[in-house]
Amino acid sequence: MKNSYLYIFCLISFFGCSKAIAPVDSALDKQILHFGNGSEPQGLDPHIVTGVPEHHLLIAMCEGLTIANPKGGENLPGVAKSWTISPDGKTYTFYLQEDAKWSNGEQLTASDFVWSWMRILTPSLGSQYPDMLYYVKGAPEYHQGLSDDFSSVGVTAVNDFELKVELTNATPFFIKLLSHYSTYPVHKDTVLKHGSIDDRNGQWTRPGNFVCNGPMNLNTWELNKEITVQKNPLYWDAENVRLNEIRYYPVSNESTEDRMFRAGQLHVTNVVPLEKCPVYIEDKNPDLRIEPYMGTYFYRVNTNHPVLKDKRIRLALAYALNRQLIVDKVSKCGQLAAYSFTPPGTAGYEPDTSIPFDPDLAKSLLAEAGYPGGTNFPVLEILFNTQEGHRKIALAVQQMWQQNLGISVQLVNQDWKVYLAREMTGDFQISRAGWIGDYEDPNTFLDTLRPNRGNNKTGWANQRYDDLLAIANSTNDQELRYSYLNEAEKLLIDEMPIIPIYTYVKAYQISSDVKGWYPNIIDTHHPKFIYLER
Amino acid sequence: MLQVILKRIAIAIPVILVVASITFFLVRMAPGGPFDAEKVVPPQVMKNLNAVYNLDAPLLIQYKDYMFNLIQGDFGPSFRYPGRSVTEMIFTGLPVTLELAFYAILIAMIIGGLAGVIAAVNRNTALDYIPMTIAMIGICMPTFLLGPLLVLYFGIHLELLPVSGWDSLAGDKILPSITLGAAYAAYIARLSRGGMLETLGQDYIRTARAKGLPEYQVILRHALQGGLVPVVSFLGPAVAGLIGGSFVVETIFQIPGLGRFYVEAAFNRDYTMILGTTIFFSALIIFFNLLSDIAVLLMNPRARSQA
Repeated sequence: MKNSYLYIFCLISFFGCSKAIAPVDSALDKQILHFGNGSEPQGLDPHIVTGVPEHHLLIAMCEGLTIANPKGGENLPGVAKSWTISPDGKTYTFYLQEDAKWSNGEQLTASDFVWSWMRILTPSLGSQYPDMLYYVKGAPEYHQGLSDDFSSVGVTAVNDFELKVELTNATPFFIKLLSHYSTYPVHKDTVLKHGSIDDRNGQWTRPGNFVCNGPMNLNTWELNKEITVQKNPLYWDAENVRLNEIRYYPVSNESTEDRMFRAGQLHVTNVVPLEKCPVYIEDKNPDLRIEPYMGTYFYRVNTNHPVLKDKRIRLALAYALNRQLIVDKVSKCGQLAAYSFTPPGTAGYEPDTSIPFDPDLAKSLLAEAGYPGGTNFPVLEILFNTQEGHRKIALAVQQMWQQNLGISVQLVNQDWKVYLAREMTGDFQISRAGWIGDYEDPNTFLDTLRPNRGNNKTGWANQRYDDLLAIANSTNDQELRYSYLNEAEKLLIDEMPIIPIYTYVKAYQISSDVKGWYPNIIDTHHPKFIYLER
Repeated sequence: MLQVILKRIAIAIPVILVVASITFFLVRMAPGGPFDAEKVVPPQVMKNLNAVYNLDAPLLIQYKDYMFNLIQGDFGPSFRYPGRSVTEMIFTGLPVTLELAFYAILIAMIIGGLAGVIAAVNRNTALDYIPMTIAMIGICMPTFLLGPLLVLYFGIHLELLPVSGWDSLAGDKILPSITLGAAYAAYIARLSRGGMLETLGQDYIRTARAKGLPEYQVILRHALQGGLVPVVSFLGPAVAGLIGGSFVVETIFQIPGLGRFYVEAAFNRDYTMILGTTIFFSALIIFFNLLSDIAVLLMNPRARSQA
């Protein structure tokens, strides 16, 4: 033991015994933001990647026609300085910033968008987000190979600074879609220099090759270590960008990230470890932030199951859950009990639904369906992917159903990919699920449960629901539209193919040095508004 | 000796091919595919993706193509990270993992070897019991416990060392190396104690002592060579184990090594990456076993004559 102490002592004295200066302290003068980014991004090609870490990086390095408003609400101008919408809501004309440049100094023009949208819709590219542009006239046909003439797609460059987009239907949330990275422009010559239009493995996203149009430029990319981006002096709004550099760390382990934050190696964390959240809340940790997030945690019900196809049983299951107790005593990180699928407050939409916690009503519904007191009810199985948080919720749900309905519930946890495969093939009864909106509009939630949508997975198909969404999305009157969506939401909660449990919150830690960082439901913090000050 | 080496290499090649074949079919039998995600990929897109990665061909054709490319040294592209080849990812992570393993084994050998020899020389005294008790605790204590404990004390409480990173901040290699090396130090301490005790009971040691050699010379010049043979034969598998088992330490300390790629590839069903890393680790294990066998041959004349 003496020897090991001696050795540790020697090592430490070799590297210096003084207290190290924390990176966040030395970052102030240089305006370097140290950012916990969750996991290693799949890549940096906006037309290929999917995921949140990639989103954080791409909003810094590239820019679409609009950018998400950091304070929530309507999108702000991006490459498009303004736009007009035709009275029928189907034709959008975008006027581009004349000083919008690529990071290599070339002028960014409307035809760059035309080419980029052609790229993401090219079937052989295998992009996983082409449906973001499916609202554009002719886009689904082109992507599905029914047409190979891109001029049939409703996007045209009128001149260098005017882009005309024609939609199939009035799509009131179209402007919101344009801040999503899948609609970003890519630099044609750079992409083609390193591969063809449909090359997934092109090297154009490597440091040195990467050309884009955002407030930051890619500087270094060390796999599983860090990605650094530096201020782009050619960005059209560069004078308002105050950060000089952002370092993104792919820290997938929550506890490691927490320790890094405590040791002053990070300004912002991606999450707070599950077990730490209630402790930090109790300790009133000044760095802890818990903000509403546009996501819903719910249980998916397989409506093709012989027992669960009975609506009364689905309702009984939903009414037997005490959601408030789950968020107060189980998840314990400020989550909000959910009584609708769409989180309240999504783009000003307030779902007018309720799911009572009423064990007596639940029992009578179960009895009505032929299982009084839960007798003869088959053992129900809850499928979830292996994770401590999901297990705890499942245990609570199991307990509530057993206690309030008298039925037996079995928990089945599976590796992530096995869980996904079972959900996809309908090999489940009840499964844990979560849905995070892609853009700030109720449609991003309600659309998933339309019949024949891949993300439905419940087997529930309701013509009235489908019609309501179709009508809602063809009207340009926001109030009328929300009333249709609300009606659809009520129908959904009345049929209960999914059982909402809670609305997600974004819990993370942030240094008080970080300014210009505003809470918003889509958790988008555009780097051009952020700066450091103590 | 050369014959032994050549023979071992000749056996290694079919072993690797068998490992590759078994892994190929095993990963394909696992449910779920590389492109499955919570947000379902539309069938049209899935079809395109499968075409891009040759996953739409019959399995046996895919196997034939994979093995053909493998023989040419091509592990294929990563499915999870478009634009990265498996070879590139292995060779990005490998130097880091090797360096970490090197420091860990160095720490393990110095601390473990020293503790084992001291314990053996001072048999049945406090200097034997204390290091051996600590070694037993070291063997039992998992890295995922030791690592965070060291970080909390040296990184957050004393603020002496960085809590994570590799080659970014001064001193960031110390804690991960100690964490990874600790368990192996404990093994080596027990092995070297056992080896030394056996050697110290030999006739030639008694002869050396009878000749009046000072005790330190008896130990350093005569006993050590024989006493450390078990440690050397342990080192081969240990180094391979360190490289393959560095995942936990790499995760705790945010180290960009190969171990993380390996484990994450399995979770992501990144077929080519799983295959590439498995084949690569198999080759490493074979290589380090060979090295340790050669070292034992050099140290032990009896083994040499048998070979």
